[in-house]
Amino acid sequence: MTETRDVLLTMKGLRIEGRADETWTEIVKGIDLTLHKGEVLGLIGESGAGKSTIGLAAMGFARDGCRISGGEITFDGIDLRAASEEDRRHLRGHRIAYVAQSAAASFNPAHRLIDQYAEAPVRHQVMSRAEAERDAVDLYRRMQLPNPDEIGFRYPHQVSGGQLQRAMTAMAMACRPDLIIFDEPTTALDVTTQIEVLAAIRDIVDQFDTAAIYITHDLAVVAQMADRIKVLLKGEEVEEADTRTMLTAPREAYTKSLWAVRSFARPEQAPVGGGTPVVSVRTVTAAYGSVDVLHDVSFDVHARRTVAVVGESGSGKSTTARVITGLLPPRRGEILFNGTALPPDYRKRSRDQLRQAQMIYQMADTALNPKLRIRDLIGRPAQMYLGLQGKRLDTRIRELLSLIELEPDDYIDRLPSELSGGQKQRIGIARALAAEPQFIICDEVTSALDQLVAEGILKLLDKLQGEFDLAYMFITHDLATVRAIADEVVVMKDGRVVEQGPKTQMFRPPHDPYTELLLSSVPEMDPDWLTGVLGKRRASG
Amino acid sequence: MGFLTGLFWLFATIAAALAAGWLFRAAAIAASPQGLAREFRTMPLTASFGLLMILIYILVAIFAPALAPFSETEIVGREYMPWDAVHLLGTDNLGRDMLSRLIYGARNTVGIAFATTALAFVAGSVLGLLAAVVGGWLDQLLSRAVDVLMAIPALIFALLLLTIVGTSILNMILVIALIDSTRVYRLARAVAMNIVVMDYVEAAKLRGEGTWRLITREILPNAMAPLVAEFGLRFCFVFLTISALSFLGLGIQPPTADWGSMVRDNATLISFGDITPLLPAGAIALLTVSVNFVVDWQLHRASGLKE
Repeated sequence: MTETRDVLLTMKGLRIEGRADETWTEIVKGIDLTLHKGEVLGLIGESGAGKSTIGLAAMGFARDGCRISGGEITFDGIDLRAASEEDRRHLRGHRIAYVAQSAAASFNPAHRLIDQYAEAPVRHQVMSRAEAERDAVDLYRRMQLPNPDEIGFRYPHQVSGGQLQRAMTAMAMACRPDLIIFDEPTTALDVTTQIEVLAAIRDIVDQFDTAAIYITHDLAVVAQMADRIKVLLKGEEVEEADTRTMLTAPREAYTKSLWAVRSFARPEQAPVGGGTPVVSVRTVTAAYGSVDVLHDVSFDVHARRTVAVVGESGSGKSTTARVITGLLPPRRGEILFNGTALPPDYRKRSRDQLRQAQMIYQMADTALNPKLRIRDLIGRPAQMYLGLQGKRLDTRIRELLSLIELEPDDYIDRLPSELSGGQKQRIGIARALAAEPQFIICDEVTSALDQLVAEGILKLLDKLQGEFDLAYMFITHDLATVRAIADEVVVMKDGRVVEQGPKTQMFRPPHDPYTELLLSSVPEMDPDWLTGVLGKRRASG
Repeated sequence: MGFLTGLFWLFATIAAALAAGWLFRAAAIAASPQGLAREFRTMPLTASFGLLMILIYILVAIFAPALAPFSETEIVGREYMPWDAVHLLGTDNLGRDMLSRLIYGARNTVGIAFATTALAFVAGSVLGLLAAVVGGWLDQLLSRAVDVLMAIPALIFALLLLTIVGTSILNMILVIALIDSTRVYRLARAVAMNIVVMDYVEAAKLRGEGTWRLITREILPNAMAPLVAEFGLRFCFVFLTISALSFLGLGIQPPTADWGSMVRDNATLISFGDITPLLPAGAIALLTVSVNFVVDWQLHRASGLKE
């Protein structure tokens, strides 16, 4: 459909090297790419596939410690590798713009949004300051930001994450560039916010007929945004096709495996027939300072069952976990463990009570002490709770490493920095298992991971649950994960449980309106999904 | 002409210093095992030079009796003798050998400075980490006490305390360590504050680890880089404070050789255009610069690792 339009950007045999340990290693290995005017190309792949590096190379830019070592980059007839730094600087922000993953980190917190908006057009002498401000208000309106007339006069911290991401997209549009590079613009957002940002980005790209490179690891998102999709693996192209072909008939095995990730689901379990729940949260009300953040939260977790706690950020999911672990003693209500009340403060709990409830964290990077070796990280709980020493401890550590499917001899003496993200998360799981608990809280354990890796972790957790009769409380905002692993679902909003019940019942209407909103916001692999949902919402709202 | 010669010597000295640094680095890489050799390879020439100088100072301090031609306190000639073959750097205001006193001075000044800094560090970082981990009233109590101590200018406070408790080497070490530990406390507490909020510390607390283990296993290893860097800087400050106190007559007491008091004792010679009294000052300056070179490298490395 776009074949007849002019070519805007071409890359031929692009090679980029990164510096590690004093040697240059190739991280992008000969990529060809053609982008026509007004076309949106989706780049997908796991982390380390070189997506962002290629995105930046489209601006003729290489990050610190990287260099473009071969190939051609031509933007609208200009050879970006041969162009002077001065010429390239003139293109950037003016004809090519970039929208980063975290708008919160990319805005300068010391300046108002509109000042930052006006910077590029004024610098590139496209508009005067007054024109730029009028234009900003217009674009803020088109991006459907609330109060477009005055939102620009706020500072970044006074605006929510989703709004900031839209303001950033508006800013990228300021000079009406020919090409915008979106680097995972919605990855850090909740599903309900993500859908708004996606819609706004798609509208504005359509309106101005801007070409875009859309980088993401979320297939369902890219299906909504891109005309064509290119799949990358370790710096090499796997395949490229237009979106519908790619979704319906992928050619390569790797692409098929990416597509298949979402199909993992554990078999239905028979409903719980009485018995004492392992953990029972009873009418818990908790507060930070004088502000109540949880109101009358109650639910049970039974052995061999997974309860998924779902909600957007700020809904009280993690606070509930803090109450259960005893980090935040509740104001009212109590936590029962196998029928007996636990002391509200973790410092008052016995060692055995602490051992029984373990936690796996979202960010494996901050959850593992970077200065300790795997042996000490996993060994410590076993040594502390079970009194294992010397040879027996060593055997136990090796056993745990085998359980999480890491080769003991290879990994036992490594530092966390010598592991990949998925491996770190596995160590987090092993640390929890080492205590031989009955109950594990998984706090967004897969949200920082690529889909294939995340699936591996979910399968592992599922397997371990069967082996050790564990009860899981699974905190997540990703409903695909819920579908995959949960038996029961608790939906939270503003510190309250709005709906709870078995999974099958939750995914079947009728729903609480909020559950409905959450469910309908999860992107699907169908390229018409976004249009469909927005149409429906407009019709009803 | 004199200016050009001066310039020549300046460049010659810098070139010699860099060459020495380069040689030392090459030797260090060759002599150390695999892991350590890699560290050394990334070491800039300045740091290598600094490390070499520190090493030389330490060797001089250890082997002072063997290296010095005369004793530290013995009067071996007339006052203010010029440089000659016997007394390489001449004699001081009482007729003691200048070179010998310079060499013994390394031992006293550097040794005392090291002991003081070490003491300040142990006290400051233990209390700082404790305040960060325990928090609450303990943190308030310690932090306010430190604020009070820090509100008084350091040198004047040291002079005041030394006049109260009397001047002896032990008292001086204790007084300076007390004053400097407040700075270390602030740093250790600030660094630890950023670490205690990490998930792995929370995990350790939930595991039921005690405070001591939290500090030594979870926090201290991760706070080491800034603390080591601060140790180097603090060492320089302590060193200068001791020299300043000695210059004022409240530090290391005669006849013990000390670089600070050596400058004061022979200050008269400066008016005659003799550079001898500046040599101890030069020794102080060189060590200070060297330590800072190494500290800069460590700081750079610590920040680079966080990428």
